[in-house]
Amino acid sequence: MKFGILVNEGPYTHEASDSAYLFTRAALEKGHEIYRVFFYHDGVNNATKYTEPPQDDRHIVNRWSKLAAEHGVDLVVCVAAALRRGIKDDLLAPGFRISGLGQLVEAGIQGDRLVVFGD
Amino acid sequence: MSDSVQPGEESSGVIKKFMFVNRKAPYGTIYALEGLEVVLISAAFDQDVSLAFVDDGVYQLVKGQQTKGIEAKNFSPAYRALEGYDIEKLYVEREALERRGLAEEDLLVDIQVLSSGELAELMASQDVVISF
Repeated sequence: MKFGILVNEGPYTHEASDSAYLFTRAALEKGHEIYRVFFYHDGVNNATKYTEPPQDDRHIVNRWSKLAAEHGVDLVVCVAAALRRGIKDDLLAPGFRISGLGQLVEAGIQGDRLVVFGD
Repeated sequence: MSDSVQPGEESSGVIKKFMFVNRKAPYGTIYALEGLEVVLISAAFDQDVSLAFVDDGVYQLVKGQQTKGIEAKNFSPAYRALEGYDIEKLYVEREALERRGLAEEDLLVDIQVLSSGELAELMASQDVVISF
């Protein structure tokens, strides 16, 4: 099955990003395709490269980047939501790209399922 | 600006049923405002779009919103503009209205009032459900 994923909450404050990541990883392990992961609302904060959690904690940003590097997962950050929160291209961790909301609608159209993770 | 439809994006002629489920009050959090932005973009993709208002989401449609005191933009007029984007399928949950002492005439758009059971059926018939 081809999945689109929507992440609506930032890292650490909320479990949505963890759940989205674990779902995405599990889907890939089962042989499914991830058409795109779209980051919206405070979810755009999952993409910032200066994120530095304590060493004994999971690194949510790097974990997404790794998924992009290993499985070619398309990680898209909403431009309007990002600009509102001070996030631009030069702040992005590897594997993330900034684009428009149309990319979310497209993920809904092209995927078999769009799974929303949020509050 | 950069939030319009990008080159290369397409629907390949596929028309899906998209339902946007609005669950939150209009102010206090940004979900309603940014949710509305997605709805407006979706209009450019020629999809079968509908909006449902449940829980505190019904407050998004209440007439006479005054936001000066909280220095936030009153974006409620945008719901009236949806018709111009060919987004005309609006549904509100009857129980959500009743629990909040609201009635259809308190709302600023023409809308279909459905029971939670009817709304559940409608949701089940969608291809894509995005909730904010």
